[in-house]
Amino acid sequence: MKMSFQHLAATLALVAGLAGSTALASAQSASDGIVVYNAQHESLTKAWADGFTKQTGIKVTIRNGKDMEFANQIVQEGAASPADVFLTENSPAMALVDGAGLFEPLNADTLAQVPENYRPANGHWVGVAARSTVFAYDKNKLTEDKLPKSLLDLADASWKGRWGAAPAGADFQAIVSAVLELKGEEATAAWLKAMKENATPYKGNSVAMKAVNAGEIEGAVIYHYYYYGDQAKTGENSKNVSLHYFKNEDPGAFVSISGGGIPASSKHKEQAQAFLKWVTGKGGQAVLRDGDSFEYAVGEGEAANAKLVPLADLNAPKVEPSKLNSKKVTDLMTAAGLL
Amino acid sequence: MLQVPYPLVRRRVLPHVPVVAAAAIVSLISLLPVGFVVWIAIQTGSETASALIFRPRVGELLINTFLLLAFTIPLSIALSVTLAWLTERTDLAGARLWAWLAVAPLAVPAFVHSYAWVSLLPGLHGLFGGVLVSTLAYFPFLYLPVSAQLRRLDPAIEDAAASLGHGPWRVFFHAVLPQLRLAICGGSLLIGLHLLAEYGLYVMIRFDTFTTAIVDQFQSAFNGPAANMLGGVLVICCFALLGLEALARGNERYARVGSGAPRLPVQQRLGWLALPALALCAFTALLALGVPFVTLGRWLILGGSEVWRLGPLGAAFGQTIVYALAGAALTTLMTVPMAWLSVRAPGRVQRIMEACHYYVGSLPGVVVALALVTITVRVALPLYQTMATLLLAYALLFLPRSLVGLRASIAQVPVELEQAAMALGRTPLRAVLQITMRLAAPGVAASMALVGLGITNELTATLMLAPNGTRTLATEFWALTSEIDYVSAAPYALLMVLMSLPVTLLLYTQSKRMAGR
Repeated sequence: MKMSFQHLAATLALVAGLAGSTALASAQSASDGIVVYNAQHESLTKAWADGFTKQTGIKVTIRNGKDMEFANQIVQEGAASPADVFLTENSPAMALVDGAGLFEPLNADTLAQVPENYRPANGHWVGVAARSTVFAYDKNKLTEDKLPKSLLDLADASWKGRWGAAPAGADFQAIVSAVLELKGEEATAAWLKAMKENATPYKGNSVAMKAVNAGEIEGAVIYHYYYYGDQAKTGENSKNVSLHYFKNEDPGAFVSISGGGIPASSKHKEQAQAFLKWVTGKGGQAVLRDGDSFEYAVGEGEAANAKLVPLADLNAPKVEPSKLNSKKVTDLMTAAGLL
Repeated sequence: MLQVPYPLVRRRVLPHVPVVAAAAIVSLISLLPVGFVVWIAIQTGSETASALIFRPRVGELLINTFLLLAFTIPLSIALSVTLAWLTERTDLAGARLWAWLAVAPLAVPAFVHSYAWVSLLPGLHGLFGGVLVSTLAYFPFLYLPVSAQLRRLDPAIEDAAASLGHGPWRVFFHAVLPQLRLAICGGSLLIGLHLLAEYGLYVMIRFDTFTTAIVDQFQSAFNGPAANMLGGVLVICCFALLGLEALARGNERYARVGSGAPRLPVQQRLGWLALPALALCAFTALLALGVPFVTLGRWLILGGSEVWRLGPLGAAFGQTIVYALAGAALTTLMTVPMAWLSVRAPGRVQRIMEACHYYVGSLPGVVVALALVTITVRVALPLYQTMATLLLAYALLFLPRSLVGLRASIAQVPVELEQAAMALGRTPLRAVLQITMRLAAPGVAASMALVGLGITNELTATLMLAPNGTRTLATEFWALTSEIDYVSAAPYALLMVLMSLPVTLLLYTQSKRMAGR
């Protein structure tokens, strides 16, 4: 490995130049478009961004992360936040940012595109999609009469070692926030304690469903679209799986609203407003109906994917999305040893 | 510092000052992560801190960590020492090939190893899975130093033991093994630190360690106190490992005395053991290389040409190269002062500063990233989410790799050449740059290669610190496997392996050359 000093120096200079120019290029791209802090599935947001860019010519830079990570991050960044749009999978993260007073009110025409039950009353953010809690079970092991009647039944000692979930994920934490809102702190803490005993923790809902499919556990508390998504692809990870909807306004029938909002610190508010209008409008909702995300559409008069059980039939509990308390949930889950 | 009132000597001491200053600045920067942990612990307050540290979950994680280390390290030692002995000191057929195959698993990033294993055995999880995959991914870190050490041993000691009536097994355990102590301790420490820092491997294999728990907390609450306190415990674990290694290393003398050069070691005849020995080598290669390459190949065939989406793949590849080169250049630049000082002006201050350079490299990426995220968002906003911060994180993580490569090369440059250049009128700085650094170019290249390899496969710090819109091979691979899209992830894994292969080859040939062969 012979290398002359001149070559080395030239290489170093070249590297520095290259690095500098790409850094500059990425800074450039951020200034002439919008930055989306995206906690949704990357493929869905990518489809939204591509559709939006195609129609408006506005560039979209996506940063991927998780609901609560971004919510807390936006709070810490405060006025300096580079985010122009924040998209989540669940409402608690939205509630957190809104609680800190960091959202820009949305334009009325955007809000008008979404029915009132899929957005908070103050209009600081808006539902962009929805997902339902389900109990995904191994149909070879469980028959319908042996299924839990309520999510809370899974705390029973008879369920020890038989079910799983992804407690570190924002999805499950949103479900817990619904339990907290519907049943109170004491009951939630007790349920979480029992969960630590009974449930196998997985990293991610798809992994939990895969475990059900492989016969490692009998059932898992996840969201509905993991099943449909896999069925639409190869079905390899869900061939033994069936979905149980709790209904009866049970906490386990909780329908979680994915939100979109605009941090007040955004320097591209107009483009950001246009983005959310597009996502909640015909184009964005059609992506939900026709694409392979299998999340529910929430736009006024927009139909969901035909393969799904209609939202209206799910008999979900009434939960005000802006009241979901994520901080309390992480504290309770940390105390229960789940985090 | 040594100050002799002697004009001639002082002229040689003075040029050190800017170098010492530069090295001191780097040392101070390297104290940042630990300083941060202490600062945040004070900020959190003793009550909250102790509630977050002394809780059952931390106990669980400690037990997991302990078990992981307690099984993986001895297993890796046994495997590496056996393989090294077989490939270096016996008449094993195809020894050179097996030696190369024992190093090659390093080219496969740990989280690609686990990706291959969970593809093959979806139910593999927990401690057993963790130990299995970690051993396969990391045992070359022990194999490399142990085999190099074996090659250099003076066989005279073994002859003496044999002449005193010891059988071959006793000779091995009483005369050879003790001489491998330094290599085993060093390699074990390296593996232990990797076990503490690894994230992707354990997420896929579903085994909770401090690193995975910290990332869970980070994703649930950004840089909340719970994440920071777990980070503090993890730092203590790293220091405990460093201390343990220092204790286990001992102070024995390993250099040979006597005149002349040692003769070449005799190759032991394996006899009937040849077959089981070959089987062991083949089995190890099958698990550590066969499994990753076969599963990777299977996913690539399943995916066909469709998964080669050249746009995103090319972009990720380009960004990875830029980060690897820029990070390697910065890291090497930052270690030059220290490397030069430790060769030209060793002393107490220099040793302390050098320790700073080494300790920071033992910290997991997640701790360094957590510190830099919080520091930049709270007090250095212009640096927040910039390439500069990410490069600094890389530099801190990989300082020791760079130092090792550079120091050896600088040590080979005679100081007289520097002095002659100064006598001919060059300023001290120019003398160092034009003479020493030019001759040390191979070390610079080695340092850049090692750091670049580390950056290519880095995941946690990149996820937490990268500027908006950044996609490296590792983060893209990670995003796809998180959605169990194993097919689309395969090309990214393949590119990472291909980028790592040349450096692995370099490590292999260097370890051969070290033994003069």
